[in-house]
Amino acid sequence: MKNNNQIKPLISVRSLVKRFDDLTVLDEVSTDIYPGEKVVIIGPSGGGKSTFLRCLNCLEDPDGGEIMFEGANLADPKVNINIHRQNMGMVFQQFNLFNNLTVIENITLAPEKIYGKLAKKQGKTKEQFKAEVRENAIALLKRVGLEEKADAYPSTLSGGQKQRIAIVRALAMNPKVMLFDEPTSALDPEMVGEVLNVMKELAHEGMTMVCVTHEMGFAREVADRVLFIADGNILEDGTPEELFDNPQHPRLQQFLKSIL
Amino acid sequence: MQEYFISLWNRFDKAFLVEDRWKLYLEGLGNTVLIALMATVIGVILGIVFAGINYINKKTGKLKPLSFISNIYITVIRGTPVVLQLMIMYFIVFVSWNFKVEIGEVEIMDSSLLIGAITFGLNSAAYVAEIVRAGFEAVDDGQREAGRSLGLTTWQTMRYIIIPQAMRNSLPPLFNEFITLVKETAIVGYLGVYDLGKIPGLIQSRTFDYLFPLIIAAVMYLAVVLILTRILRILEKKLAKSDRG
Repeated sequence: MKNNNQIKPLISVRSLVKRFDDLTVLDEVSTDIYPGEKVVIIGPSGGGKSTFLRCLNCLEDPDGGEIMFEGANLADPKVNINIHRQNMGMVFQQFNLFNNLTVIENITLAPEKIYGKLAKKQGKTKEQFKAEVRENAIALLKRVGLEEKADAYPSTLSGGQKQRIAIVRALAMNPKVMLFDEPTSALDPEMVGEVLNVMKELAHEGMTMVCVTHEMGFAREVADRVLFIADGNILEDGTPEELFDNPQHPRLQQFLKSIL
Repeated sequence: MQEYFISLWNRFDKAFLVEDRWKLYLEGLGNTVLIALMATVIGVILGIVFAGINYINKKTGKLKPLSFISNIYITVIRGTPVVLQLMIMYFIVFVSWNFKVEIGEVEIMDSSLLIGAITFGLNSAAYVAEIVRAGFEAVDDGQREAGRSLGLTTWQTMRYIIIPQAMRNSLPPLFNEFITLVKETAIVGYLGVYDLGKIPGLIQSRTFDYLFPLIIAAVMYLAVVLILTRILRILEKKLAKSDRG
């Protein structure tokens, strides 16, 4: 673990609470995520792991606690969340590519709309700026081997291709951290590998990653730290070796037994 | 027998050909289509606004007062007869309006026609709002979440992602609403507007014969509706095709 005093955490979660009506899904969860760290979250369904991830960029509004990111508390409704979301990429289980846009438009939409004004201030013409954004998008597509799909619509792509493009779409904003919400759970088995490979590559490049997944092999290989979330809290927190080879909490022992 | 057909022909002649009366029907048809088009434009724009307000309110809890107002509007409009709405607009709201709209020397419309178009537009907006609401609801919530997760604002997400998809979902029923308007607007005759539905009365006042004027007007309505329905079918097929990708 890297939580020595010299490095400041990138995301610092304190006493995070989330309720759906009467049901408390997250009960005072606290943890730190450090720059460059790869954190994998495992746990039973309904345990709160997806909700935890979705609270990090306020897709679910927290009901209490603090989420410190870039010096701002994202749990505070007065904070302009849009600015901070630009630096937190998110990848969804169901891909959620924009159906009305082509692959390249999916990737360029957010950079174009969000950085357009800034580019104008820097004295770039609209055409220059658009060409730059497009060039960057093509480069990203090449990285995942899908540049020939640039002008295709999402409905023509396989699940694995969609998810690789969803990852690229998030990367186009140059995020400081990538959040993955069960990125391979909706994929046919033969497509899981291609998506995990992109994620592994990203991890090796030093991207900070928080990933909810059921891929225990991926967790073992890539994770610096694994969080076991169940019953609305982090019940165990440690290296993959610690959690998988020597689980302490009875809930984790039970969980590992049920999935292996 | 022959005499019967000759007299029938004479009646048709008086109703359609004498004094170039067919031009009156075409003018009436022009007015009908003009009213329906203007009403559809007003209705679609306002309908999207109402449906959008309700959608944002439902998803984020913001815009509560606006959503409340738009719901009241929809309820009142859908709960009262359009004839009364027309009369309220004509005799109360726009009672001072009395002008002609001209382009060059040619009169395009008078204030009565404009009032009719506005009323039908405002009326149609309530129905369009319901159509578009269904279109919005058919857009997967993940689309909105993906947009927001990239840092786009609520408005940008609506503008570039949600509204285009909702409109695509609503296109066939919206076109259907336009077809309905072509027929429904016949009651602007109440305001003395010479739309296609009013022309038979005008001709009858000269020939004292209602038979052919009514049949001709009915056939013209039917022809327009059939053509528009045909276009709708083609549109639906095209949309279905691009869905399959």
